[in-house]
Amino acid sequence: MRAAEVILQALKREGVDTIFGFPGGVLLPLYDALYDSDIRHVLVRHEQGAGHAADGYARASGRVGVCMATSGPGATNLVTAIATAYMDSVPLVAITGQVSRHLLGLDSFQEADVTGITLPIVKHSYLVKNSADLPRIIREAFYIASTGRPGPVVIDIPVDVTKEELEFDPEEIPAMRLPGYKPTVKGHPKQIREAARVIAAAERPVIYAGGGVIIAGAADELRELALYGHIPVTTTLTGKGCFPEDHELSMGMVGMHGTPYANYALSQADLILAVGVRFDDRVTGKLEAFAPHAKYVHIDIDPAEISKNVPVDVPIVGDAKRVLAALLGELKKLELSPDRHLPWMEQVEKWKRDHPLVIRESEDGEIMPEWAIHKIWEVTRGEALVCTEVGQHQMWAAQHYLCKHPRRFISSAGLGTMGFGFPAAIGAQVACPDELVIDIAGDGSFQMTMQELATVVQHGLPVKVCIINNQYLGMVRQWQELFWNGRYSYTCIECQPDFVKLAEAYGIAGYRVTRPEDLEEVLRVAFASDGPALIDIRVKREANVFPMIPAGGTVHDMMEREL
Amino acid sequence: MKHTLSVLVENKPGVLTRVAGLFARRGFNIDSLVVAETENPEFSRMTITVDEQDQPIEQVTKQLHKLINVLKITDLEPAASVERELLLVKVKADAKTRSEIMQMVEIFRAKIVDVSPEVLVIEMTGNREKVSAFVDLLRPFGVVELMRTGRIAMRRGKKVT
Repeated sequence: MRAAEVILQALKREGVDTIFGFPGGVLLPLYDALYDSDIRHVLVRHEQGAGHAADGYARASGRVGVCMATSGPGATNLVTAIATAYMDSVPLVAITGQVSRHLLGLDSFQEADVTGITLPIVKHSYLVKNSADLPRIIREAFYIASTGRPGPVVIDIPVDVTKEELEFDPEEIPAMRLPGYKPTVKGHPKQIREAARVIAAAERPVIYAGGGVIIAGAADELRELALYGHIPVTTTLTGKGCFPEDHELSMGMVGMHGTPYANYALSQADLILAVGVRFDDRVTGKLEAFAPHAKYVHIDIDPAEISKNVPVDVPIVGDAKRVLAALLGELKKLELSPDRHLPWMEQVEKWKRDHPLVIRESEDGEIMPEWAIHKIWEVTRGEALVCTEVGQHQMWAAQHYLCKHPRRFISSAGLGTMGFGFPAAIGAQVACPDELVIDIAGDGSFQMTMQELATVVQHGLPVKVCIINNQYLGMVRQWQELFWNGRYSYTCIECQPDFVKLAEAYGIAGYRVTRPEDLEEVLRVAFASDGPALIDIRVKREANVFPMIPAGGTVHDMMEREL
Repeated sequence: MKHTLSVLVENKPGVLTRVAGLFARRGFNIDSLVVAETENPEFSRMTITVDEQDQPIEQVTKQLHKLINVLKITDLEPAASVERELLLVKVKADAKTRSEIMQMVEIFRAKIVDVSPEVLVIEMTGNREKVSAFVDLLRPFGVVELMRTGRIAMRRGKKVT
């Protein structure tokens, strides 16, 4: 069998049904094999789109996303997407074509050292020098990408390797050779007992939950534990949906643009149960002042995250699902009374009442952006699969699109990649064909990957794009307004395409909304349509995202609303 | 305090780059690094000396462990391990100074491996301090060139590193 065919067979054995890719010279043998394959190939218009689409597919489905790009510029165009997946622990396998083995290292046409370039942003990578290794390498790549703390794996394959003939039996599973890779999944029982003890003894406990809970499929275990222990829950951006945000114990998102009550609660807590989080600077602000009174229990599958940023009192390395289930068992033995910390729960309720997130509908007849998000949430009853780009609209979406289920809010959190949301929505729609998939976009971010409009048309993907359009690179403009004396250096992007005409040029329904009274109706029509749609929502241009804790600040520096 | 990390890795192309790259991007500083095949040609041994003052050793080892090709990391305690480095030094030596230098070579159990009318090439092994002491004694004669391998180390007793 030809090696190119072996690659596809090996991918199918790993359960791959879709590849997001873009062809090229050194990929000719692989694309020739794809021509007869029943693996679906989604043709993007730029390789970055393929990477983000595979990422969105993975985050929406929990399966490994696969993208493919040719050597040199094709592969370097994947770099942003690989780095995005690395920062947010997304299982991704990126297959890149490479020049023939005898041309390696000679500055050949379209040659780039892809394993070298991607080294700091992959969980692992392979340069395949021998076609006989392909079945084993592909198996290892999927195993590494999807187990432990997931992450991207690059497989760089010289074109001559893909042309070789080799024996392949799909029934014969190749043995993996990974002597140095053994993720710890079962938490240490003694540590789990200790965690239960300190949780039971706490007077002001808070659960701080992140993307790790969703990756581990531990949302049910987390909810059960929170309910049993009667512990309020705040999540990170990647953790959105790991606990239903409409639940009375939910405090929404924490951090720089998190809810005031979540940030107050962390600052006053005497115990923080941190699950699948990494104490990112956007969450903690000034590290020394973060949760100064708290003991930390930290559950994470990656030992390197334990005590990386804050010293942890009870570390538990393991899979969140197993550890939380075991922890709940231990807590039940201690028979916690639900009203053991009533004053704390009353305090949290008081913070919620006194410092709610503010939704302004309109000012001077203009739509306020947070209200636009609120409307999207209302019209979809919070049940849509939402992807976002990066910037102000992302934070408004995080604050006001209350998310009930895991894998239903997809955003580039760690790397903060503008242009992520639309291709990620494409991948999410492929993974979940029956769901309403919405990309909540900013006008700046959308312009970075909007060429993928052709992709949704070609593949009949009914993705809805809602552009929160303020004709600014809004988040940077906000910082310029607040911290740089209002000097809007190159953040004004009034020069932009007519997005409605742009959509129409691709054969997509385009809508523009400028008045608050028209928004709901347009959303209903667009969301009910069978095809893709683009809605250009013009909002008050200089609205800011509040609350905000300035970078490196503490809860005392929080700006709750517009001055 | 200097730490000697003995790192067992797969003997594959690119593994050194992964380790060195990790140190660089996490801002960890390497004092010395020695790599060579072990008794089993499938594995290599990296002996890495780092300064705890510059970086938390726990983070260094945890991050190293995340590399798929890294099998085992041992933080070798000086008291419980034997450490050596190899020195090659080219020192000026004329008829007057040669015998004095040879005495020193004798005392330090070093070895003269090349003789020419103006210089001697000397080979010597020992722990870091001993090598440094020897070099200091040679300096007054005129050190023309000096090479040290950096430290390798092995656990004492029956237990393997």
